[in-house]
Amino acid sequence: MKVELRGVTKRFPGVVANRDVNLTVSGGEVVALLGENGAGKSTLMNVLFGLYEATEGEIYIDDQKAEFSSPADAIAAGIGMVHQHFMLIPVFNVIENVMLGLEETKGMGRLDEDKASERLLSLSREHGLQVEPYAVIEDLPVGVQQRVEILKALYRNADCLILDEPTAVLTPDEIRDLIGVIQSLKDAGKAIIFISHKLKEVLEIADQIVVLRRGEVVGTTTPSETNEQELATMMVGRDVQLEVSKTPSEPGTAVLRVTDMHVRDDREVKVVNGVSFEVKAKEILAIAGVQGNGQTQLIEALTGLRKVESGNVTLGDEDVTGASPATLFKMDVAHIPEDRQADGMIGAFSIADNLVLNTYRERPFSKGILTDRSAIQRSATKLIEDFDIRTPSARSPASTLSGGNQQKMIVAREFTHAQRLLIASQPTRGLDVGSIQYIHARIVAQRDEGAGVLLVSSELDEIMALADRIAVMCAGEIVGVLDRADATREKVGRLMAGVRDEAPRPPSPPVAEGEGS
Amino acid sequence: MLVPTLALVAALFVGALVIIFTDPETLRAWASFTANPGRALSLSWDAASEAYIALFRGSFGSRYALSETLVNTTPLLLAGLSVGLAFRAGLFNIGGEGQILAGFIGSVMVGFSFDSLPAIIHVPFALLTGAVFGAAWGFIPGFLKAKTGAHEVISTIMLNFIMLNVVLWVLKTEFFLRIGRNDPISKSVNESAELPKIAGEGLRVHLGIMVALAVAWLMWWILFRTTIGFRFRSVGANPKAAAYAGMSVAGTYIFAMMMAGALTGLAGATQMLGIKKFLSPGFSGFGFDAIALALLGKSHPGGIVLASILFGALRAGALTMQASTSTPIDIIVVIQALIIAFVAAPTLVRAIFRVKLRRSERETEGVLAKTWGS
Ligand SMILES: Nc1ncnc2c1ncn2[C@@H]1O[C@H](COP(=O)(O)OP(=O)(O)OP(=O)(O)O)[C@@H](O)[C@H]1O
Ligand SMILES: [Mg+2]
Repeated sequence: MKVELRGVTKRFPGVVANRDVNLTVSGGEVVALLGENGAGKSTLMNVLFGLYEATEGEIYIDDQKAEFSSPADAIAAGIGMVHQHFMLIPVFNVIENVMLGLEETKGMGRLDEDKASERLLSLSREHGLQVEPYAVIEDLPVGVQQRVEILKALYRNADCLILDEPTAVLTPDEIRDLIGVIQSLKDAGKAIIFISHKLKEVLEIADQIVVLRRGEVVGTTTPSETNEQELATMMVGRDVQLEVSKTPSEPGTAVLRVTDMHVRDDREVKVVNGVSFEVKAKEILAIAGVQGNGQTQLIEALTGLRKVESGNVTLGDEDVTGASPATLFKMDVAHIPEDRQADGMIGAFSIADNLVLNTYRERPFSKGILTDRSAIQRSATKLIEDFDIRTPSARSPASTLSGGNQQKMIVAREFTHAQRLLIASQPTRGLDVGSIQYIHARIVAQRDEGAGVLLVSSELDEIMALADRIAVMCAGEIVGVLDRADATREKVGRLMAGVRDEAPRPPSPPVAEGEGS
Repeated sequence: MLVPTLALVAALFVGALVIIFTDPETLRAWASFTANPGRALSLSWDAASEAYIALFRGSFGSRYALSETLVNTTPLLLAGLSVGLAFRAGLFNIGGEGQILAGFIGSVMVGFSFDSLPAIIHVPFALLTGAVFGAAWGFIPGFLKAKTGAHEVISTIMLNFIMLNVVLWVLKTEFFLRIGRNDPISKSVNESAELPKIAGEGLRVHLGIMVALAVAWLMWWILFRTTIGFRFRSVGANPKAAAYAGMSVAGTYIFAMMMAGALTGLAGATQMLGIKKFLSPGFSGFGFDAIALALLGKSHPGGIVLASILFGALRAGALTMQASTSTPIDIIVVIQALIIAFVAAPTLVRAIFRVKLRRSERETEGVLAKTWGS
């Protein structure tokens, strides 16, 4: 199978998302698509998948011109796509999601799940995509949900598979697995288009690398001819520093003190078990850990979005256990949430409105009950400029922003108000190298201005780049706290896997069954 | 704007088919279509066009017709705004009927209880009492949702029937019951509490329409120019993000349901003080249309104004149509239902007229769709 995009241009009102793009991928080949946030990667793939109609240009499948007016046409032509934001039905089980739209029946419209499950299992064995056919999607970790998305595409006989930022939400182990799966698919002769901001993995699995900048192809290369620094420069169009410069911290008094915290998840399972730590002013405490070890619920409980089962939280001298988000906001706590689309923004609202989601009641954005739209607009224009949010206007709905630009919008909002404590969950998930660098620099600047920073990240690189101290969380507990100076990747990695430093004990599984999410 | 307009056109077209095929004479002509095709076609054209011309005459064709249209528009508009406001906050208020009856009780009570108040005080006092009663009735489902998670669709439907019986009960009390009567009919509101006529004594149109239009403007202002509206819309569009941003979702639900209840209560009050004048058992009949209006007007005050005028006109014109042609009044209900069906199925309308949906329209649809699922 050979898939070819010829001269594809896609315009949205006010933006050219793709300009005259040519791209070819053949069976047995992995093409990596690189580019800054908003460069037009997802848009290009949506054109190929029939979700958008190209303004100009053509698609050729095996040298035959193809017309896709909907994903159904693309699927029929053998194209499958795993989106940046998954498209599964959370309350359905794996089989139901996989057969959705092409249900097997056994007369009178009764669903034949056995037949579907047989086919599913054979596909899953073939490519090492382990899933439990009758598990309900919402109970599955992200990595497994992604496997379901891939299986869904394979079940529809996809010969060309598009993976849009598949690794952004995965744990290091899951990324290993995925790379294995991609290898197996490649060996089976599938054509693969892989989008990622993580240059290391791109260099590892790609056969061809295509770089987009502001909608245009600016270069094509192969892993043997290039390196990380060069790719970064190619994407951004100028030299980028991959490391943040940062002076050693001079910690002040404790800003946040958490004592013996216990929290349950939505299924009433205890996922945080007696966690205690403290964040001082002018320091960055990073909570490292494989995703699903209670970090999410810990942060939700700290920020008033989840009930604190027991334990104590103080901010300065005040007890803020179970305080509401509004109270914490008034006490100058900023929070970058982990799930940007669900918690961080309102897609239907304009970017300007999203930027004042928590400050709309303050001057200058409102006086009394009256909102001041021009003040909101002015501030938005400035933030869009400062944070390099790529959009035609502050009035565009936030849902039209590219994934990475949505994240920048949220970060911009959280950095605008005065801060005593900054809680940042996965602050650079889905961002390109340039933006990561910029946001890291801003986080360090916040610290230097006196804020305490609590960083939660599953990226070891991010932790090593930013942290002054590292607390490692595993199975709902903090299994060790290291000073940055003493921390090596190996030490942190071992702790993340649940091996304690001091007292060697039999290795326990990294995630206790039923306690992860 | 586009989809509702096209939906109206499509509904009128299908409505015409219904008119044609329910008219006995035209139907007979169609039975012998091969013998005389011209007759069948011309009779069909006559049946449909006469009905629609009569409909138009009865709604906009004279001062009287216009007055009747506005009389029907008034309570529809206020009740439609109520449903629209709740929609914006992510709530589906089916409790219009109950809240209207609450508004009836409040306004009629004040209306007949005082006989020496000047109109300038009596009218606002009665209107306000109606609104407060409606707000109180709206508070209940809001509170239940905020505190227990009880779905407002269920609780508002139940509260409609409870209020229906509350009306029966108050009509048994000496305080309400008209002197010398045993059947359930209340005392009439005093003249000083009646909403003044605005186009002379012969025409029924009263100050209520002004009140309703002012409230529509007020609702637009609140929704799009104030922090309260910002909060409403945020909670409606994404309650999780609203909670994260420090807004009280539970508080917003309660407040929004009370405001919605106040609007429907006011709808009841204007109807009571402008037209009805006394309380009697039974639903008002415009609480359910209000849901359709909010849908048709895309929960935008401007859209709801236009939709209410349309529905008011259909109601007013229907009588003339029935009187002057053989078309039954029920055809209006069919047309209304068709409009809603087409609005609710924008994909169908787009397919019929081969138009693409603008992005702004897609958003409001999202809001409505979410409201259904919440
Ligand atoms: N539906 C839409 N309407 C208007 N503009 C859009 C729409 N979708 C995308 N855009 C714009 O097109 C450009 C490209 O967006 P796209 O999502 O393709 O970026 P991307 O390369 O995938 O970025 P990221 O790495 O952040 O996911 C952006 O400027 C975005 O604002
Ligand atoms: Mg993207």
